[in-house]
Amino acid sequence: MSTLRISQAVYDAIRAHGEETYPHECCGALLGRSSGNGWRIEASARAGNTRTDSAHNRYQIAPVELVRIEREARRQGLEIAGFYHSHPDHPAQWSPTDFAEAHWLGCSYVITAVAQGKAAVTNSFLLAGTTEEDKHFQQETIDVAAVEPFAVQSESKKG
Amino acid sequence: MTIFIPTPLRPYAGGKDAVNVSAGTVNGALDELTRNFPDLRKHLFTGEGKLRAFVNVYLNDEDVRYLPQKESTPVSPSDTLSIIPSIAGGSATHGERKNAFRCENPSSGV
Ligand SMILES: [Zn+2]
Repeated sequence: MSTLRISQAVYDAIRAHGEETYPHECCGALLGRSSGNGWRIEASARAGNTRTDSAHNRYQIAPVELVRIEREARRQGLEIAGFYHSHPDHPAQWSPTDFAEAHWLGCSYVITAVAQGKAAVTNSFLLAGTTEEDKHFQQETIDVAAVEPFAVQSESKKG
Repeated sequence: MTIFIPTPLRPYAGGKDAVNVSAGTVNGALDELTRNFPDLRKHLFTGEGKLRAFVNVYLNDEDVRYLPQKESTPVSPSDTLSIIPSIAGGSATHGERKNAFRCENPSSGV
């Protein structure tokens, strides 16, 4: 099983994002570096949910927003390591829709259940496999605070 | 021009996050890229040679699909091409509203 290493600040930020957008789904990108057995997440980037038609149970990040996020990540020497979104009043497990629309092989997909407006369970799933045909989600261990806080450049309120 | 390679495709591009090509159009640039890194081809294109539906190609900040000349758009050495697989999902299950491009709705619910 791989491990997603994530700083406390980023972990808190993505969970807070889900509470803020409740009852809608939040979404964003996770930026970090490869650490051999899983990603080391050093920052997150919030994205707008373009699924305004069905934001309570769907999310979509505009590709142009990702182009900009990737440019910024590159500037910081980071890679797009994965994505996060929330499941308002729904378990922190990937849905068939999440799986069908996951295309970033080797990246981590983090899901936070937000129950009645409060962030509950957060799980991470590595999109394993080498092609669209053999891709599959593997649950990862989440290791919070294993990343040095000085490396964090998230949008969360700090301090 | 520079083509930015997204994280999942770097293993098929010699581990590079960016590749320089000298082609004069978007199509030419993608051709040159996949000639240099043939393993990329099946990840970017369908068997019929069309870009896979979930693969977005951006010339600077513009979606190539919406440029008047699409893939035939001329490019200059200072341009950048970003390959961005789409990002979507949600807790929606069977029977939810469908969108042919964004979502091939799965048949089984949670
Ligand atoms: Zn989901």
